Amino acid sequence: MVTAAQVWEALAEIPDPEIPVISLVDLGVIRDVGVENGTVRVDFTPTFLGCPALEVMRDAMAERIRALGGEPEINVSTDDSWSTDRITPQGRERLRTSGFAPPAPRAAAAPTLVQLRSNAFRCPYCGSTDTRLDNIFGPTPCRSLRYCSSCKQPFEQFKTI
Amino acid sequence: MNEQEARSLLDIADDELILGWRDSEWTGIAPLLEEDVAFSSIAQNEIGHARALYELVARERGGTADELAFDRAPEEYRCAQIVELRLLDWEKTIARHVLYEEADAIRLERLKESDDAEVAGLAAKIDREETYHRLHAQMWFERLKDEPRFTAALEELRPLLETGRDEHSPELAELWEEMTMVRRSQPAGTKW
Repeated sequence: MVTAAQVWEALAEIPDPEIPVISLVDLGVIRDVGVENGTVRVDFTPTFLGCPALEVMRDAMAERIRALGGEPEINVSTDDSWSTDRITPQGRERLRTSGFAPPAPRAAAAPTLVQLRSNAFRCPYCGSTDTRLDNIFGPTPCRSLRYCSSCKQPFEQFKTI
Repeated sequence: MNEQEARSLLDIADDELILGWRDSEWTGIAPLLEEDVAFSSIAQNEIGHARALYELVARERGGTADELAFDRAPEEYRCAQIVELRLLDWEKTIARHVLYEEADAIRLERLKESDDAEVAGLAAKIDREETYHRLHAQMWFERLKDEPRFTAALEELRPLLETGRDEHSPELAELWEEMTMVRRSQPAGTKW
């Protein structure tokens, strides 16, 4: 009989389809796992609503659960419970070492242009905060583009959500 | 969720779907590479919001999100005229962006107060993503605010936020043709 711990382990092996250095568990999109009579319920919160990786993630989870002998039941919740604050410390470190600057913590107030244009963002390559905003949007909705004036590298900054 | 709330969610969903479609028309031809990326990303978000809203309405009324999005007649859509226009001028596109995001923020604040926890939760999530659309609109507003062509575009488009949701421009029917063509031409029994 499959256990919740086995399911968590299996889900921790599924990479994010768009940023494969980080797993779904490290991304913080799995809210809960429950096992009852062979049915495995996964409560899942998408990152961005328009994220095209959603279906891929859902299918990958269902496949892993079936491989463990469980019957998957994936509940997608579109409430406000996912935040970039849910990315685990290990996930943040994996992002940084792969050239993605991890997101700043969510603050009480929404981010402002002044903040995004400030030098509060650290280059994932050289560690300098002498960086500037290039574009609020990047290759996926969850990322912005910044440029490091110190090591002359563009880099992708995770947006705080 | 009552019927009145379902109707108001449908208004917003239609706005987001149609605007997302129009925004995506800049993909590949925006005046700056950064704006190709920005408008493509914004379009993707808006259509994602539309989908989540259609799903809530579909659960209330029966049917599916896709049926709501694509199987209605053009005159049944509830979008405001401002999102329907095919704008090929950058200053008008930015004017629409600024006007729309401002109006959208106000109704999202209201929706976040809904008694229906699912509606309020979804509104809060949408609002977090829209924050970045608003910052993008603000950045362009600051850049263009003294340009006469831009201020003229703001004045021209502002009234179109307020037109009745039962009156549509001919451009909506044209967009509907494009948007639903594949689905309408499917052989009977096709599963998506």
